[in-house]
Amino acid sequence: MTTVEERLLPSAEPVRLIDQDGVQHDHPSYQLPHREALVGGYTELIKGRRFNDQASALVRQGRLAVYPSSHGQEACQVAATMVLRDGDWLFPTYRDCVSIVSRGVDPIETLTLLRGDWHSGYDPYARNVAPQSTPLATQLTHAVGVAHAARLKGEDTVVMALCGDGATSEGDFHEALNFAAVFHAPVVFFIQNNEYAISVPLARQTVAPSLAHKGIGYGVPGERADGNDLAGLLAVLGQAVKKAREGEGPQLVEAHTYRVQAHTNADDATRYREDDEVTPWLERDPIKRLETYLNEQGWLDDTVREHAEAMADQVGTQLRDGLMPEPEVDPWELFAHLYTEQTQQLREQAAFLRDELAREEV
Amino acid sequence: MTHMKISMAQALNQALRDAMKADDTVLMFGEDVGALGGVFRITDGLTEEFGEDRCFDTPLAESGIVGMAVGLAMNGMRPVVEMQFDAFGYPAFEQIVSHVAKMRNRTRGKITLPMVIRMPYAGGIGGVEHHCDSSESYYAHTPGLTVVAPATVADAYTLLRRAIELPDPVVFMEPKKLYWAKEEIDLTEGQPGIGTAVVRREGADATLIAYGPTVPVALEAAEVVAAEGRQLSVVDLRSIVPFDDETVCAAVRRTGRAVVVAEASGFASVSSEIVARVTERCFHSLAAPIRRVTGFDIPYPPPKLEKYQLPGVDRILDAVDDLQWEDS
Ligand SMILES: Cc1ncc(C[n+]2csc(CCOP(=O)(O)OP(=O)(O)O)c2C)c(N)n1
Ligand SMILES: [Mg+2]
Repeated sequence: MTTVEERLLPSAEPVRLIDQDGVQHDHPSYQLPHREALVGGYTELIKGRRFNDQASALVRQGRLAVYPSSHGQEACQVAATMVLRDGDWLFPTYRDCVSIVSRGVDPIETLTLLRGDWHSGYDPYARNVAPQSTPLATQLTHAVGVAHAARLKGEDTVVMALCGDGATSEGDFHEALNFAAVFHAPVVFFIQNNEYAISVPLARQTVAPSLAHKGIGYGVPGERADGNDLAGLLAVLGQAVKKAREGEGPQLVEAHTYRVQAHTNADDATRYREDDEVTPWLERDPIKRLETYLNEQGWLDDTVREHAEAMADQVGTQLRDGLMPEPEVDPWELFAHLYTEQTQQLREQAAFLRDELAREEV
Repeated sequence: MTHMKISMAQALNQALRDAMKADDTVLMFGEDVGALGGVFRITDGLTEEFGEDRCFDTPLAESGIVGMAVGLAMNGMRPVVEMQFDAFGYPAFEQIVSHVAKMRNRTRGKITLPMVIRMPYAGGIGGVEHHCDSSESYYAHTPGLTVVAPATVADAYTLLRRAIELPDPVVFMEPKKLYWAKEEIDLTEGQPGIGTAVVRREGADATLIAYGPTVPVALEAAEVVAAEGRQLSVVDLRSIVPFDDETVCAAVRRTGRAVVVAEASGFASVSSEIVARVTERCFHSLAAPIRRVTGFDIPYPPPKLEKYQLPGVDRILDAVDDLQWEDS
């Protein structure tokens, strides 16, 4: 019989199936994903990296207002969606654009929030991706509601709910875990621990042994993985999704990764951390190690490599062409979407703005 | 039997029951709403009749309750949640302001949230601290919310049914001191819907504008004033958002004088908004500045002191007397 601790506490070390040198390690509880998943994942990583770096470049050109990059966290971004089925849901944050795009959402529509032409640009029901959440951890209780509704309807939907390490200090993180546990809701809470919340290091968020340990207080099994090892992430998240789907209730997964760039382009990381803290993490890059491993296996031939590059180029072109310097905006939209039936007051205010603009044109 | 003499609490219970009967996706949840039937018994018997999946207790966390309702509403349900008391809705304030109110606008109408947040509110029941807040101004100030406050038993039934049917989120403020007042009502006879104010009493001399718990007080004041020879109109807003400018302004234009009566502190409140918008629209019909009878700008007082805070008949009479009658 397993003890409560065995069932709920994470493994002593983060699960790692491929290390930073590209060397594979066996794990007693997790199997290496098969070749197809790793090769497909590799392409997604290359695309994700290009998306991140192209978006950051477009901020410098003034074509995006701001971009919180997940550069270096692409393995988490990609794994979070690779383990989902079509009917499942993803609840992303501002940092999770790559995850959203890898779920199949249009890249330009994904960047609407960060370009600033609307608060969210994609249809959440098209790919079951909730709007990106900015107020930290607030999306996690929504995830519980969506999962609970699915259960009431008799569907076997799983909800993947993302948040950062800093967000685990917010009350909603705790309420969401507790609600999910009490209602046995099929949610996988996936924390990308990148060691920072803007300037504040993890040590100021918690003295818990790990963030995955937080699950035990709610009766939620916690597990942790090397956040830069796509293989380990696919195995751990895949199992969490499977357990949630099979009725074992919510699961908590922490990925140990690192925010190698500043919080956003508007942030200056030199004010709060030394470069030599960052350097070792560059060695742990998620793409490099997978590339090494796939090469050694002989699974990374020119066809795969060229295909990945072509896909990445396509992403880059799509962003450059799609994000025009001056996106079209429609001031009437400001009043159009608040209520199903517009109020008299909003009609009057829309008319006021219309008049004002008409006068400017004269 | 459709005609019955029931209390507002029973009317709300009946509205929930009928809504849950009419639509399987209507869910009711919150703190103590299951076996107990809510601390005010508004959800009495619902778990028994509809089962644990339809009416249930949650962990004690208001942000979680509202957040979960958002998710349920996103995925095909019509959640109705109860904040046990107005002031205990504050932990959910971020969810209400940042998500409930904004989700539809954020997603250009792709996500609508058909949900109702029920809040027993306001004072007059001798409640200790945190049990008598009037928090409607916070919600009315937040674009995207619909804010409703019934003052009669019949309205409690109709407005709650309409609120549950609305595709958009509603903050439903229940004046708890009126929970036990009984009235003969006909449940099949629909009252006007959300967004319409009603003139409860016609009178040519001045208009009292009230909502929720102050409507009966305003009617009582009008009764007293009538005995003294002046005829007052009483407008019951019923819905704070959307605001029925037309009905309110028509009443003020007919009378040329007005007093707004509300329990909440007056500063930066629904009552100050009413004065501002009526003045902007009816300035030339006004014979005197619009007066307000509201709570003082203090935290809601302890039970032994609440009588000084609550707008009462005498204060309304004084305000009416103050409407510069000598000039007309
Ligand atoms: C409720 C709330 N408080 C503060 C902020 C401002 N803020 C935005 S991102 C951030 C840091 C979040 O850190 P973490 O959760 O670790 O996510 P990361 O940015 O590292 O992905 C802060 C403080 C916010 N968005 N929401
Ligand atoms: Mg972080």
